[in-house]
Amino acid sequence: MIVLEKRPQPSQTWSMATPVVAVLATMFFGGVLFAALGKNPIEAIMTIFWEPLFGEFSFYYRPQLLIKGAPLVLIAIGLSLGFRAGIWNIGAEGQYIMGAIVGAGVGLAFYPLEAWYIFPLMVIGGAFGGWIWAMIPAILKVRFGTNEILVSLMLVYVAEQMLASVSLGLLKNPEGYGFPGSRNLQSWDSAHNAELFAGSGMHWGVVTALIAVIFAYVLLNRHMLGFHIRLTGEAPRAAKFAGVNPARLILFCLGAAGVLAGLAGLFEVAGPAGQITIDFNVGYGFTAIIVAFLGRLHPVGIVLAGGVMALTYIGGDIAQSNLGLPSAAIQVFQGMLLFFLLALDLLTNYRIRLASKEVA
Amino acid sequence: MKLTSLLATAALGLGLATAAVAQDKTKVGFVYVGPVGDGGWTYEHDQGRKAVVAEFGDKVETVYVENVAEGPDSERVMTQMALDGADLIFTTSFGYMDPTINVAKKFPNVKFEHATGYKRSDNVSTYSARFYEGRAVQGTIAGHMTKSNIVGYIGSFPIPEVVRGINSAFIHARKVNPDVQFKIVWAFTWFDPAKEADAAKVLIEQGADVILQHTDSTAPQAAAQTAGNVITFGQASDMSEYGPMPRVSSIIDDWAPYYIERTQAVMDGTWESKDTWDGIGAGMVGIGEISDAVPADVKEAALAIKASLADGSYHAFTGPIKKQDGSDWLAEGETADDGTLAGMNFYVEGLEGDIPQ
Repeated sequence: MIVLEKRPQPSQTWSMATPVVAVLATMFFGGVLFAALGKNPIEAIMTIFWEPLFGEFSFYYRPQLLIKGAPLVLIAIGLSLGFRAGIWNIGAEGQYIMGAIVGAGVGLAFYPLEAWYIFPLMVIGGAFGGWIWAMIPAILKVRFGTNEILVSLMLVYVAEQMLASVSLGLLKNPEGYGFPGSRNLQSWDSAHNAELFAGSGMHWGVVTALIAVIFAYVLLNRHMLGFHIRLTGEAPRAAKFAGVNPARLILFCLGAAGVLAGLAGLFEVAGPAGQITIDFNVGYGFTAIIVAFLGRLHPVGIVLAGGVMALTYIGGDIAQSNLGLPSAAIQVFQGMLLFFLLALDLLTNYRIRLASKEVA
Repeated sequence: MKLTSLLATAALGLGLATAAVAQDKTKVGFVYVGPVGDGGWTYEHDQGRKAVVAEFGDKVETVYVENVAEGPDSERVMTQMALDGADLIFTTSFGYMDPTINVAKKFPNVKFEHATGYKRSDNVSTYSARFYEGRAVQGTIAGHMTKSNIVGYIGSFPIPEVVRGINSAFIHARKVNPDVQFKIVWAFTWFDPAKEADAAKVLIEQGADVILQHTDSTAPQAAAQTAGNVITFGQASDMSEYGPMPRVSSIIDDWAPYYIERTQAVMDGTWESKDTWDGIGAGMVGIGEISDAVPADVKEAALAIKASLADGSYHAFTGPIKKQDGSDWLAEGETADDGTLAGMNFYVEGLEGDIPQ
């Protein structure tokens, strides 16, 4: 008979190992799924994980990994701070949208002026847009004790409505023949978040993501605030005795997440996406939640997790095109990853023992 | 910057060249915004793809990727297809416009076909269908059939394409029934069964006994079936599984002839960039079988207008037509020009409400 036995302390080894095991389990069961669909499982898994990195056209896909991964990492870093302290910001998608709207709006106000200061102003606008959107659940929680999960999530839908509204009205391209969507920032040098080296995929969002990773690492390991964040999450009572100010912590964690999500939105709209459209947001804010947990809420882990998620997206599209896999199968595959991660997390806190039935 | 981007382009082009030599089959890629099983827009594009396979057999290889988000993801998928040696790529959603242009620049030897857009280049064509002709037929049936004189309309996005459909349906409903009113709900989605069902229910509660939809799922059909005594029209595909009631007819997108023609042109080396906007006459817009729930005289009237649109003797926007604000648009006998239709962002006289801005 199998029994679960609670570990006196969470296992460090398993904490590190579960993401890896989860990826391997996903590969295995994903392979079974693909085989059931009549595809060669080895080929499918290779296409998803190998092709983008080392395949014939990896010179194109590797930079795409940065483009796809950067917003995920940027948002996940912000979320991880709050998640560590038990502050659940589920609305990064909304903060991402608002960052893009405000940032692009600031830029477009100067159109068609060419000046060096436009892009920096847009960056500030993007950060502000995300921050202010995150401050709504933060202040409501601090002042009235509302649940930040609900408020931040609901604000995503408000942000989506705002996005539709500005695409059709305020920011609509006057030369767009009445079609919704803003001007394309890619064709306006002062506002374009171009690749820093052509073909490298490195744009300012990637750079910012790396800086955010370093900052988060230093904050969590070397700074009093980081200690308070960890303490609040791990031992709330101890945190109280240590004099942690919960209101300040809530404002900081949600604010930081909002700023980073807003920046991700701005870099996306000014770079790879190019324009504000009704369907601008593609779920980075939600996928980043998976990335944050897959990365164990650790800055370095998040970078790796962001890379793995980006890989499944890019490899998944290649598998669709080359092998004719349906997109639903790819989505199930990605879902499996989170499922196995959460399931295997059990092993961090519990030990599985085979116990023979004892006779009393 | 200029030089490096040139080099990158050259590198991409080289990758393409080596891939293209490796095969003599014509490779055709399709980028879909929804799932192929949506029963509407994407489903019909995929039917077109299958028709290409059926027509050319071994001489052609088709690939597709479904559920591709507009923006950078679509750009990546198109690039990937081009890298993998596609000779012709159909990008089947309006939001793929700028990505298509971007990718086409990097692959001058690959031909691109963008549906419903307005940006073209040497290797990018655009194509769309005059769905508003089908709307004229629907409006005629709707005007005759409504007893409450309230016709519900589920709009997707307030873009010219959709506004044109509303205007066309309304003009023709009014022609046969001066008392008819349109109630319009904007769903802000192309495909979301839950939202579409809600929109249909709201319209039915407000007294609508005819539902027109510009969204792609069959959810409004199901909602109308539940409510009873409400008629609907299939959108993008026939949706005949909901006939004879509530679905009494449909607009069917038939991309097959166009896809076959353009694939043939690539094979023959005669492909040229152009703008195609075909209607009932060319067969791009099909009118689904009008069911027996429609009285014979109404059916006859609908088929008559269909025939006159098909042979070109009648234009769906023929004056006198005024705009919603009462100002003149088309004089007696004047027909709308394609430029105005392409960018249509106003309602005609008699429609209530505003186009969301």
